Amino acid sequence: MNEIRTLTIDGQLISADASVTILEAAKEHNIHIPTLCHLEGLSDVGACRLCLVEIEGHNRLQPACVTRVEEGMVVRTTSSRLQKYRRMVLELLFSEGDHICSVCVANNACELQDLAYAAGMDHVRFDYLHSTHALDASHDRFVVDHHRCILCARCVRVCADVEGAHTWDIAGRGHTAHLVSDLAQDWGEARSCTSCGKCLLVCPTGALFAKGFVVSDPQNKQDFLRYIANTKSRKAWKDE
Amino acid sequence: MEGRMSIGSIWLGGCSGCHMSFLDLDERLFQLLERADIVFSPLSDRRELPDALDVLLVEGAVALSGQAELLRDFRSRTRTVVAFGDCAVVGNVTAMRNHLDLTSMLRHTYGAEGARMGHDPAHHLPAMLDEVLPLHRVIDIDIFLPGCPPPADLIWYTVHELLEGRHPVIDEKRLRYG
Repeated sequence: MNEIRTLTIDGQLISADASVTILEAAKEHNIHIPTLCHLEGLSDVGACRLCLVEIEGHNRLQPACVTRVEEGMVVRTTSSRLQKYRRMVLELLFSEGDHICSVCVANNACELQDLAYAAGMDHVRFDYLHSTHALDASHDRFVVDHHRCILCARCVRVCADVEGAHTWDIAGRGHTAHLVSDLAQDWGEARSCTSCGKCLLVCPTGALFAKGFVVSDPQNKQDFLRYIANTKSRKAWKDE
Repeated sequence: MEGRMSIGSIWLGGCSGCHMSFLDLDERLFQLLERADIVFSPLSDRRELPDALDVLLVEGAVALSGQAELLRDFRSRTRTVVAFGDCAVVGNVTAMRNHLDLTSMLRHTYGAEGARMGHDPAHHLPAMLDEVLPLHRVIDIDIFLPGCPPPADLIWYTVHELLEGRHPVIDEKRLRYG
């Protein structure tokens, strides 16, 4: 049996099923909340903190993608405080990796770039880490450039949930966290990888790409995203 | 010359592509020169440093010894400093060496392992800094103008707003990296 919750988002009174998240409820009412790790068709993990919202009565900001609606909730999706934190999150992502747009395969088709524009990020105020991540080109067809990885875990989820291979995972904590294939082996040695390429298609940046693609050479992802969304709505791959 | 704006530009650690894009203003350069003078630039012959500048465009990141001092000197003479292009704003390609060891990178690029590197470069060339820095790590910046290079239309918008006495707004519509 469905239970209905009534809440307010940005002053708009809305009703939503108790099972949905603030993000889903907002989307249904055309209220835009910026997201990065969220991807329709994949489970949500609240990794990127872009979708943080203010909830009255809570001091802490809450990620809209993993917070369920509650009766009488009063949610704000835009405020100067949220703008400040969203830009800060983006600047931290840029300072942590080596995001050199001019030499990146995803230039002009990058979700991180688009969010930075939307946040008005005209420079990065934090010191760059200049981390010495590796670039793994051991796979026959694909490359992972860890410098560009923002740890959104979309590849981890699409590989585990959709392809069913679970080749990818995230190892380490804090700023040492990084993407690993199989038992932290080179991608070319990862025997669980079916070389399906779904991880490339969901990557929001240029961290995962096919060999032969160079600068400003993004692979067309749109058809695949639609496919994921449709499959999800038909509950074709997952019992829920 | 009353009321004319004085514009300068300098070229630090970058490829000169931003200055090339500036030249792509094409016939708008004539409109610019009707109301402003380019008093110091890699594109002009004038070599003496101006005492005061209205606008300074800085291409490139701070990559060599002496550049930070030069930048501070120019900052003190200038009203509006524009970080001109991705290298100036975020470090860009110039800063890609930052996670590499400088000595081994130079050897890898210019000499075989164990080969003699010629004269001690420290005595003949400005030293390379260990860390390439975007401009705002060294001086205060008034306007950030990203792009690799910033397109001529964006440069014109920025310069034109400054000529009109307005502060250019580089917002979502105009922001483009790469």
